Amino acid sequence: MHRISSVPGHPPQLEEAMKALTLAAGISCVALALSSGAATAETPVLTVLTYDSFISEWGPGPAVEKAFEASCGCDLRFVAAGDGAALLARLQLEGVASETDVVLGLDTGLTAAAAATGLFAPHGQPAATALPVAYDDPLFLPYDWGWFAFVYDKARLPAPPTSFADLAASGVKIVIQDPRSSTPGLGLLLWVKAAHGDKAGEVWAGLADNIVTVTPGWSEAYGLFLEGEADMVLSYTTSPAYHRLAEGDDSKDWAPFAEGHYLQVEVSAKLAATDQPALADAFLAFTQSAEFQALIPETNWMYPAGDVPLPEGFETARPATSLLMTADEAAAARSAALAEWQAALAQ
Amino acid sequence: MASSAGAVGAAALLLVAVPIGAVALRAGGLSLSPADGAALRFTLLQAALSASVSVALAVPVARALARRRFAGRRALITLMGAPFLLPVIVAVMGLLALFGRSGVVNAVLTALGLPALSIYGLQGVVLAHVFLNLPLATRMILQGWQAIPAERFRLGAALGFSPREVARHLELPMLREVLPGALATVFALCLTSFAVALILGGGPWATTLELAIYQAVRFDFDLGHAAGLALVQALVGGSAALAAWAAARAAGFGAGLDRTLPMAGPGGWHRGADAAALTVAAVFLLAPMAAVLLRGLPGLAEMPGAVWPALVRSVAVALASVVVTMAAALVLAQAVARGGPRWLDLAAALPLATSGLVLGTGLFLLVQPFAPPMRLALPVTVAVNAALSLPFAYRLILPDARALEADYGRLAASLSLTGAARLRLVTLPRLRRPLGFAAGLAAALSMGDLGVIALFAGEAEATLPLVIQRLQGAYRTEAAAGASVLLVAAALALFAAFDRWGRHAEA
Amino acid sequence: MLRLDGLDLRQDDFRLTADWQAEPGARIALIGPSGAGKSTLLSAIAGFFPPVSGRVLWNGADLAPLPPGERPLTILFQDQNLFPHLTVAQNLGLGLRPDLRLSGDQRAAVDAVLLRVGLVGMGDRKPAQLSGGQAGRAALARALLRARPLLLLDEPFAALGPALKAEMLDLLDEVATDTGATVLMVTHDPQDARRFADRTVLVADGVAYPPTPTAALFAAPPPALQAYLGV
Repeated sequence: MHRISSVPGHPPQLEEAMKALTLAAGISCVALALSSGAATAETPVLTVLTYDSFISEWGPGPAVEKAFEASCGCDLRFVAAGDGAALLARLQLEGVASETDVVLGLDTGLTAAAAATGLFAPHGQPAATALPVAYDDPLFLPYDWGWFAFVYDKARLPAPPTSFADLAASGVKIVIQDPRSSTPGLGLLLWVKAAHGDKAGEVWAGLADNIVTVTPGWSEAYGLFLEGEADMVLSYTTSPAYHRLAEGDDSKDWAPFAEGHYLQVEVSAKLAATDQPALADAFLAFTQSAEFQALIPETNWMYPAGDVPLPEGFETARPATSLLMTADEAAAARSAALAEWQAALAQ
Repeated sequence: MASSAGAVGAAALLLVAVPIGAVALRAGGLSLSPADGAALRFTLLQAALSASVSVALAVPVARALARRRFAGRRALITLMGAPFLLPVIVAVMGLLALFGRSGVVNAVLTALGLPALSIYGLQGVVLAHVFLNLPLATRMILQGWQAIPAERFRLGAALGFSPREVARHLELPMLREVLPGALATVFALCLTSFAVALILGGGPWATTLELAIYQAVRFDFDLGHAAGLALVQALVGGSAALAAWAAARAAGFGAGLDRTLPMAGPGGWHRGADAAALTVAAVFLLAPMAAVLLRGLPGLAEMPGAVWPALVRSVAVALASVVVTMAAALVLAQAVARGGPRWLDLAAALPLATSGLVLGTGLFLLVQPFAPPMRLALPVTVAVNAALSLPFAYRLILPDARALEADYGRLAASLSLTGAARLRLVTLPRLRRPLGFAAGLAAALSMGDLGVIALFAGEAEATLPLVIQRLQGAYRTEAAAGASVLLVAAALALFAAFDRWGRHAEA
Repeated sequence: MLRLDGLDLRQDDFRLTADWQAEPGARIALIGPSGAGKSTLLSAIAGFFPPVSGRVLWNGADLAPLPPGERPLTILFQDQNLFPHLTVAQNLGLGLRPDLRLSGDQRAAVDAVLLRVGLVGMGDRKPAQLSGGQAGRAALARALLRARPLLLLDEPFAALGPALKAEMLDLLDEVATDTGATVLMVTHDPQDARRFADRTVLVADGVAYPPTPTAALFAAPPPALQAYLGV
């Protein structure tokens, strides 16, 4: 008569699974609640919006935060918004309701559009001193910069091309980024435009058969290059330095182009709607300090905007010519250049 | 039940419609540009091709899995599901190791003095989409095969059916029911493709709607354009779902007694064909996985400490998403199985073709007035992941829910089996197989998803895919490859755990 | 007492009307050509098929507002009377408490019924491990446990051999006597009707005719029944 009492209401494994699921859901909710933790608002908070790689533990973020918090009596909080191209969209999305006090990581290809939003206030800092071109903008303050360049593997490509024309004439395969979704892609577009003006469309037509593919962002392109999918990748003159200094690998170099190299200048700016204007000013001034600038080369792998010594082996050569459109020129050239690019590569 | 299904359906519809509306409202309207026509054409072309090829290849593979028994069959089924769980960029890297310019295939071709193959172009986009979606299509169709009661095959055998007659009387009616749903699902998935189409498409001619949306949001900050494109994408996906629902014809096999009959598949060349289908599929699906693994193993040692809390966060988000997804999918599937309103079908399908970026942007706009978006990063991610997984879960559960209702709905009703008791005693045990599989998929999809978290997350909310992206963005290719292996392993483990639980029902 | 009050059932071009009552404790066979609507009539009484008009009354109360499980009846379908994933004992237990949280007494009742129908020791089996006769016994055992005053049977024993079916009908007889239930049983076999039912309802030509004494009906079959019996 006791057989029936051993018959549970339902299969035992099911009951266990349901308990486990309920437990898991409970734990998840607690974990989510904890990690979304409430802010403690005794000390003033300075919110800095930047790109992902800046705040990662191998980027400048942690050291910058520690150094600035040591003197500011504040809580410096970084918010990451994907890559550099996403920052401006994010700020426009947030509008004046934004909690952001300072944005760090806009690029010169986008500053005209950024200025037009009216979201930014003058920074009031002296111009940065260590740029290869004169750059003095009342709203946007450079903190680092670099030259775009095609990076290659010295063993695989002993004689890299020396200009866009040379590249187009060669069988060298390159991988580039889409100007519609990434700042390096846009930089390349402006590079060709700045160097070749009305002939830019022809240059792109010549390059079409060299381009293996176009990636959404820098990291996919660089990954493809490292996997051997292309002989060269659009990156920065400082990319080989990363491999040299961080990995002890001297196999990569960048190819000097006769036209000169387009500059990417990364800038920060203060939001007009900030509720911490004094802290924001202090932070912008801090970005120009030797302490901040010395962090840049080996964490952000770009040139510092201030006069600090470069690490040993960081630089092997510099381009002879630097190209940079003004913000207004870049804004004016962008859509036409994009149309040329699309038309030339549309086959 | 009916009212809760209505609420869930309305919630799913609103989760799609309100963010698009919020984006449009912010922009003051919707707009499209002339170039969008080309993007739409390419999007439709690649999605249609990818869906057809995926499903066509999945049929022989699913049949071989259904009618053959061999050592390691279950492990093979689980492993073959893995590509679907891969983060897109990891999958692309795995494929390139095989089919890329310096991949294994081209190395062999070159050694043989043959011309090299290029993966870049439409063929590459389709190849990658087939790689990513063949597992899902195979499992959807395999479920269909397993839903044919063993008694029907026994009857076929008793009547001396040849394989051709088995196909005609049993398998084709089943396929007619299952294939439209599988086609529509893969089609809608490929509609929202962005990175695959761009990386392997080889140039701007391979512009998809999702890339156009990306451009509209990120570069032009033309939110009206983004909302317009998102609406087009959702409508195309919704139409595909509607077409599938119209085309699917219930096979009506009726109930079996859960008997497990030794089902000997046909011999002769059929055996060879099944073996070939399984071998080709296994190599195609597993070799790139192996490449991912080999590439990532050395990187495991290089992973920064940040991956561990990120892993915990990802698992927590995944489990929470599973609970939400499964509850919603079960309520909807049961309501539709009981003859509920057909708009629920559409509500469950619509999130499939919704732009993750527009969804995230809309939610961002909606959330911002009330709280800093960063603080809600993980709950919003759970909600979006659950919405994006809902269509799969729903599709997978629906056929069995229908069969359950047809076969045992009256018995349950006549015994007053309702509410929690019915869920516990009838629904969960009878639907265990699709529930386990769908829960596994939902968990793994959530694990690999990058879409929304990237828009919301600050320092402290990063999930594992976001950490991988950050590593890749900072030259840490090795560490990123290592973390990808960790992500794939965790996603596969979650998937396998749920799926195993589900397949416990299968003898 | 079951009363069908001007019941009118329609689906597409199918139509069936019924207007009669069954005395308490009556045993009624439903006989008639295939497709005439015997099963549909049971479905309507059980609450699975809403009538276009008319009412199903039990002791004067309209059953329309009640869901199937709450009606004062037990129905046995042609097949699928047992959930294949639950054990026999669990399938029986559902008749007492749909959530299966059984008390000690209820468990004892399940065991007692298993003994009664000759399924001792089979409580832990799954339906697939039962023979057709055993499955029929299990279904009847649950009807016994439910002890509802109306028992509807939709040819659940049609697939059984003559001896086994006779045995089932005897068991049914016991169950009905035990519970004092009114029984409506669909059958296609006049033998079943003669053996078990004192009254028979002829279902033909869109009408379920009022119950008439079985012996008299078969002694002088009306034309529709003649056609069905092939005499």
